[in-house]
Amino acid sequence: MTLRILLTSLLLIPTAMVAATPEEKGLEIATEVEARDTGFHDFKATMTMLLKNRHGEESLRDMRNQTLEVENDGDKTLVVFDEPRDVKGTALLSFSHKVGDDDQWLYLPALKRVKRIASRNKSGPFMGSEFAYEDISSQEVEKYTYKYIADNEHEGIASFLIERYPVDPNSGYTRQQLSIDKERYIPLKIDYYDRKNALLKTLVFRGYQQYLNQYWRAKEMFMDNHQTGKSTLLTWTEYNFRSGLTDSDFNKNSLKRAR
Amino acid sequence: MRYWRWIICLIPSLLQAGEWSGFLELQGRYFPQQATDAEQSDQIISLAFQPEYYQRWDSGNQNLLFVPFIRWDSEDNERTHGDLRELIWTYAGKRWEVQAGVGRVFWGVTEGLHLVDVINQTDLVENPDGEQKLGQPLIKASLERDWGILDLYALFGFRERTFPGEKGRLRTHPYVDQDHAQYESEHEQQHLDYALRWSHYIGDWDIGLSHFNGTSRDPQLTPRITPQGDITLLPYYELMRQTSLDLQATKGDWLWKLEAIHRSIDSGSYNAATGGFEYTFVGIAESDIDIGLLGEYMYDDRRDDATTPFENDLFLGFRLTANDVDGSELLAGVIKDLDEAGWMFNLEASRRIGSHWKTSAQIRLWSDIHQQDPLFVMHRDDYAEVTITRFF
Repeated sequence: MTLRILLTSLLLIPTAMVAATPEEKGLEIATEVEARDTGFHDFKATMTMLLKNRHGEESLRDMRNQTLEVENDGDKTLVVFDEPRDVKGTALLSFSHKVGDDDQWLYLPALKRVKRIASRNKSGPFMGSEFAYEDISSQEVEKYTYKYIADNEHEGIASFLIERYPVDPNSGYTRQQLSIDKERYIPLKIDYYDRKNALLKTLVFRGYQQYLNQYWRAKEMFMDNHQTGKSTLLTWTEYNFRSGLTDSDFNKNSLKRAR
Repeated sequence: MRYWRWIICLIPSLLQAGEWSGFLELQGRYFPQQATDAEQSDQIISLAFQPEYYQRWDSGNQNLLFVPFIRWDSEDNERTHGDLRELIWTYAGKRWEVQAGVGRVFWGVTEGLHLVDVINQTDLVENPDGEQKLGQPLIKASLERDWGILDLYALFGFRERTFPGEKGRLRTHPYVDQDHAQYESEHEQQHLDYALRWSHYIGDWDIGLSHFNGTSRDPQLTPRITPQGDITLLPYYELMRQTSLDLQATKGDWLWKLEAIHRSIDSGSYNAATGGFEYTFVGIAESDIDIGLLGEYMYDDRRDDATTPFENDLFLGFRLTANDVDGSELLAGVIKDLDEAGWMFNLEASRRIGSHWKTSAQIRLWSDIHQQDPLFVMHRDDYAEVTITRFF
């Protein structure tokens, strides 16, 4: 992993020195974001989603997340649902890939059944929330092309404004506009544009905390849907990095055990 | 009740603080047609309770799951029943796992018919679709390697299938006498069954190969005259060896599925298979709604002599997933006999209310069923069911 960071930095030096095109500069920023978030190995965390519709009616989702970093590919993730109660114990195992569809298995505890599910649908709502699966799955550089737009400020923090364009034709978006913190290389805000290129949603990251002196994680991710008036507040708690997870915590047996 | 021994062994860990959850459900069933027998009822109310206790210790390497189940039925004494769905201890090592107790296991990939799934007995009084299973006493050892997962099972303590009683609907005529089941094995319920299964995935292919050797979960029903002069059906459980394959290819929005079995029993051997596809249209008309189309063919090479009604049948289904806050879902399907006029229709729908309640409905219809078809007994038992469930 250190080698990878080293190589990435070596590759970055020449590009940084020549006057880069906006596309090159955009890619360079995205690559740096990923490089700085590489090497965490694994983490466990608790996720709570507070769903609100335009009438202010609320609904809760509680789940636990385990993520394992995979070298040269997307992460492995296991999400177990605690709330709503009728889906308690339901678990989703995802092997994300830099290129192509992810592998996903869903465990249905009432039937004790593990189902391999079609993962091409990335744009549908995750558990009825305003987050699509593609919004919270492993963010790999290869999943987008990039363009640097300008330097700007987000809530007083100097940032880069870049655009990224999904490579996957099944994405629900034409483009996403990101404000990236210039100093820490972390996303502060993302505007999502739908297939008709109209502003659909805005995601704001709040309460960043640093773990292992390197990895920044937002405590809150607030997704606001401008077209429906619905919103989802995703809160991350109980982060535990390098918790000792290994490959054997991410197979069909561990999916059944997860609960 | 051989598993009382297990319960006693497991009590110490039960005493530590764990986590309770579960559900309580109220169910109503309505049968619009008059039953074949006068003592059968048209309207049924029933209550079911399934608490669940879960305890994890040893840094999460060991856990215990306890799931008892009871149902009270207003009409049918046989449907008023209880079962130990699960009481199972799991020890998870690095790349291996051991389980002991009473458990449930599901094998297979298809939706219309489950041929490969043979570990647990069907709790048929619960639902005629056979999806509800009785707990099975077992010991399982599992290896998790790069070449896949290998499971070895020892199954002891055979469970008899449950059948609706004299007053219940959705039953045979005459009804099944459950107190005098017969077995091919002289050890009867004490026959030790074993099974092994290898499962793996390679890219977008999921594959499973299984073998089972023991008492068949599917009884043959033979008429018998009781000392009182009534005619009843007696279940007869044969010994069987079954080798099976289940396969799924996940290609974009397509799922391709196959289950195939070869079963050897005393009276001969046969092959059966079911397979087909599920295709999902994602985000219908720019909404969040997904619509899935399912098609599966069912075949049994005994054809007209098959003990299953699904020997040359086609299942066509429609699945609607709203992807809304309430998790609304609907699954509708038809199974059509390709040799005869008969068909059956099935609809299941559910939605959540708040975070603790759920409502669901089912409609099942049997139509034009030929007299020789095993499903003929259902031809007056069309029904609608509404269930309200409280989860805690």
